[in-house]
Amino acid sequence: MTNSIHDMGGMHGFGPVVVEENEPPFHAAWEGRVFALQRAMGFTGLWTIDAGRASLETLPPLDYLGSSYYRRWFLGLEKRLLQHGLVDAAELAAGHSARPGRRLNRTLGLADVERVKTRGHFERPAPRPARFKPGDRVRAKNINPPTHTRLPRYARGKLGTVEAVRGCHVFPDSAALGHGDNPQWLYTVVFANRELWGEAADPGVTVSIDAFEPYLDPA
Amino acid sequence: MSDRDKSHDTAHAHGPDHSELSEMQVRVRALETILTEKGYVDPAALDRIVETFETEIGPHNGARIVARAWVDPAFKKALLEDATAAANTLGHVSPVGSHLIAVENTPETHNLVVCTLCSCYPWEVLGLPPVWYKSAPYRSRAVIDPKGVLAELGVTLPETTRVRVWDSTAETRFLVVPMRPAGTEGWSEERLAGLVTRDSMIGTGLAKAP
Repeated sequence: MTNSIHDMGGMHGFGPVVVEENEPPFHAAWEGRVFALQRAMGFTGLWTIDAGRASLETLPPLDYLGSSYYRRWFLGLEKRLLQHGLVDAAELAAGHSARPGRRLNRTLGLADVERVKTRGHFERPAPRPARFKPGDRVRAKNINPPTHTRLPRYARGKLGTVEAVRGCHVFPDSAALGHGDNPQWLYTVVFANRELWGEAADPGVTVSIDAFEPYLDPA
Repeated sequence: MSDRDKSHDTAHAHGPDHSELSEMQVRVRALETILTEKGYVDPAALDRIVETFETEIGPHNGARIVARAWVDPAFKKALLEDATAAANTLGHVSPVGSHLIAVENTPETHNLVVCTLCSCYPWEVLGLPPVWYKSAPYRSRAVIDPKGVLAELGVTLPETTRVRVWDSTAETRFLVVPMRPAGTEGWSEERLAGLVTRDSMIGTGLAKAP
């Protein structure tokens, strides 16, 4: 969902940034297993990375805020597995499979681990030329879709400048819904601090987002 | 409780309560069992993934890239143009996937990276992100009060240095190239890499002084 708790940029009240010295990658064995399960099930290609993010964003806000990071991942994974009919609630309660698994297009074996060490590739052939170029003034649209988007609330309606064209990429708003890649041009758009946060903001700061073309109007 | 479980409690002193641990151990074990029984996952592959991200992929990779950029102007130029391609020319760094973008700190500009919407982070060069990077305080404040966050983390910049915040809202990933510390003239690449901290490559820290 678009206007849910995950979209945190600019909120107040969460307190100081607490740093843990010499922090390990995983704080308990189960966190590593959740991470690995997520990578392995992502490899099956049953859902996109954007659908994965959407499943976390649609957790009830109190669950989202009240859960540690990997608990959130676990809840999102469990939800996706249930939605795709890969497990059922009775199996989860029993802790064992009650029926044989479906045949999947691919599963992650030991020999495939090398392939999940690097990120996926999200750039796609461009269906049309880019609408904007570096230096163009643009205004982020004021959109509030009830579904997944990567345009943060704090930037909506704000005037910015295109700094770089980053190629044509899978459009998360479409991919999250299972509507295919729908490739769109991607731009780094820079906003003056005062445009985002008002006259009291420090003029010595700028903030950029990477924005897909459908998020932007010429200005 | 193991030592690692105890450190989990410390990390979440302001977050979820202690009962999460045992609950999650049980639930995650149950899910892994089910998915294994159905043939969807292979526990040996899961073991390898965990091991890879615990040992092989970490900020030492990014540090090597930055150190090379400090000593080799041609490499730095290539890195700033296409960081994925440049990083993959270094045979001793584990492979880097698509859309890595390197941004250079200068006396005029200090770069800071955040993902306000989730936890996007350049895993291949920095490893998995620390808890604070994924936490509500950092994600909420980095875009509205970056200088306050930096001050809290012990980073004070000259008055004239501008701060540029990069919100990782797409599949692009950002690696900050910190400024090379003074007094390191003639240092080897390997020795320089020892000064490049994880936080200096997020922008929440500076490279260590020699």
